[in-house]
Amino acid sequence: MNTSTLGRPVDTDEKASALRRRRNRFNRIMLTLTGVCAVVVVVPLLLIFYYLMVAGAGSINLDFFTQLPAPVGEPGGGMANALLGTMFLVLLAGAIGIPIAVGAGVFLAEDGRSPLATVVRFTADVMNGIPSIVVGIFVWAWVVVWMGRFSLLAGGIALAVMLIPMVTRTTEEMVRLVPKELREGGVALGFTRWRTTLGIVLPAARSGILTGVLVALARIAGETAPLLFTAFGNPFWEWRLNEPISALPLLIYQYAISPYDEWHRLAWAAALVLIGLVLAVSLASRFLIRNPYRQR
Amino acid sequence: MNPKADPPVGIPEATPASVSAPPGGPGPFRRLFPSRQRGNVQDQVYGFALKGFGILLPVLFLFMVHRIGTSAWPAIQTFGWGFITSQEWNPVLRDFGALPFIFGTIVSSFLALAIAVPLAVGLAIFLTELAPRWLAGPVAFATELLAAIPSVVYGLWGIFVLVPFLRFTIQEPLSRRFGDTIPFFEGPAYGFSMMSGAVILSIMIIPFISAVTREVLVAVPREQREAALALGATRWEMTWQVALPYAAPGIMGGAILGLGRALGETMAITMVIGNRPDISASLFAPGYTMASVLANEFTEATGALYLSALMEIALLLFGITILVNIAAQFLVWRVSRRGGS
Repeated sequence: MNTSTLGRPVDTDEKASALRRRRNRFNRIMLTLTGVCAVVVVVPLLLIFYYLMVAGAGSINLDFFTQLPAPVGEPGGGMANALLGTMFLVLLAGAIGIPIAVGAGVFLAEDGRSPLATVVRFTADVMNGIPSIVVGIFVWAWVVVWMGRFSLLAGGIALAVMLIPMVTRTTEEMVRLVPKELREGGVALGFTRWRTTLGIVLPAARSGILTGVLVALARIAGETAPLLFTAFGNPFWEWRLNEPISALPLLIYQYAISPYDEWHRLAWAAALVLIGLVLAVSLASRFLIRNPYRQR
Repeated sequence: MNPKADPPVGIPEATPASVSAPPGGPGPFRRLFPSRQRGNVQDQVYGFALKGFGILLPVLFLFMVHRIGTSAWPAIQTFGWGFITSQEWNPVLRDFGALPFIFGTIVSSFLALAIAVPLAVGLAIFLTELAPRWLAGPVAFATELLAAIPSVVYGLWGIFVLVPFLRFTIQEPLSRRFGDTIPFFEGPAYGFSMMSGAVILSIMIIPFISAVTREVLVAVPREQREAALALGATRWEMTWQVALPYAAPGIMGGAILGLGRALGETMAITMVIGNRPDISASLFAPGYTMASVLANEFTEATGALYLSALMEIALLLFGITILVNIAAQFLVWRVSRRGGS
């Protein structure tokens, strides 16, 4: 947009070209500013990863994955029980939540416009926005009060409550993306509705649903707030449903707000491991996403 | 999934409405449900099962409201409206007022919005209007990663990196220079403060706002942009005067969605805001939010009334976030509907 390249127009109006120059300059300044915005947003991400690597990587060793946390003052120790606890919690949440969520998602996709479906869809969206701490308190008031103790079961239910609305909506979206012709083909062959869905539609939407499930699992694996009053944490090995259990995010929180340098180091290490887990799952789902039905 | 899952192998019976029931088929049931001619019994069971799964969500939601509501009821009865107007939070004297927490939640969230919205919109404009493909992809991916980082990791980073940085390079100089004249910069620079909370929240909600903004910017019809350019607008003028106004309700929806996130955010802000139930104009003074007080005091609450007061805070937080989310969804829905038609 350089005015000089146009040569000197016959009816040069100095004012007009000054205005144009000013507009062009403003244009450049504002567009540069948007680039600055992008930099400002990306920098914290880089900083977070930088500090995780610097402060966390040094503390990751074999002990970290195989040992129980050491008592205060003793060096070493690991977070093996928390790793296992997070695994149990996520698996339990998945076992409880995924069937419900996929069922509800298929219901939404198939019953699309019925009043009940509208209500269910709306509830799922609203539940997606409920603060995780409120979910924790709800499960405390329900399961923990009922059992009389903190437990793996309560933690799993809390995470399942977080997972259900997320997976419901992604499942609905993925099932909707299956071409109508596939479904019609099933019906034309004389299949019943349920066989069409289970035998044709769900397999066709499988990778999309799996992606949604993985994303949701990665998200709940990093949740702390719903576990504070449900799984509670436990310094020892634990796998029983009715006992409190440790989890990686809980331990990071506990260690980060402690006054001990040794624990701070371990918190960074645990955070690095947690991020590694979460990102590995997210990235895995990203590759699954590249399937022909995925387009919005 | 289907309790009556013994389908005949091979071709299952086809039962359109006009065909009479197959021999040996679900005759008795058919007579029981004469109006449901479409589909067979298996499909009815299947339909009920699906509906059951669907209904579980509203049921769960109502149960949630009920559990938290009944637990909060003693506090609601004891304190009435005073609960949300009183500044006193004294578990020893059994005197509970939630105003400092409501103040902290709202102020930190809106400050976070004030930081996040310009940055997120700028980023979205950069990605949709300006950045070449090779750059836009990685930058967009990076912002998505930002959304995938667990809250507690933000908190950890906040405690050890962000808070010291804000304290020594921003808060202390500002406090020395303007502390006496501007109330926002008053008092000693603690580091763990309302400002730290707002900054960490803003980093966390930017991905959500910029994702929605990008979506609505992309939905702006090509003709609108081309018309503006044809009239001689610069790229920025096209964006600012044509694309952004068109996308404005959607951006608003994205911002409100971000607000909903910020209001309910717990771990990160609990770790950096300082957790002191005071109402102060100073950004450098510690604050407290509703989510934080729940995280900190819930397991230590002694006495039924204390617990019930915390439950009432949970109920308030629940209500506020639901309203905010409904508003956001309404706005985004309106824009996407317009874009679709």
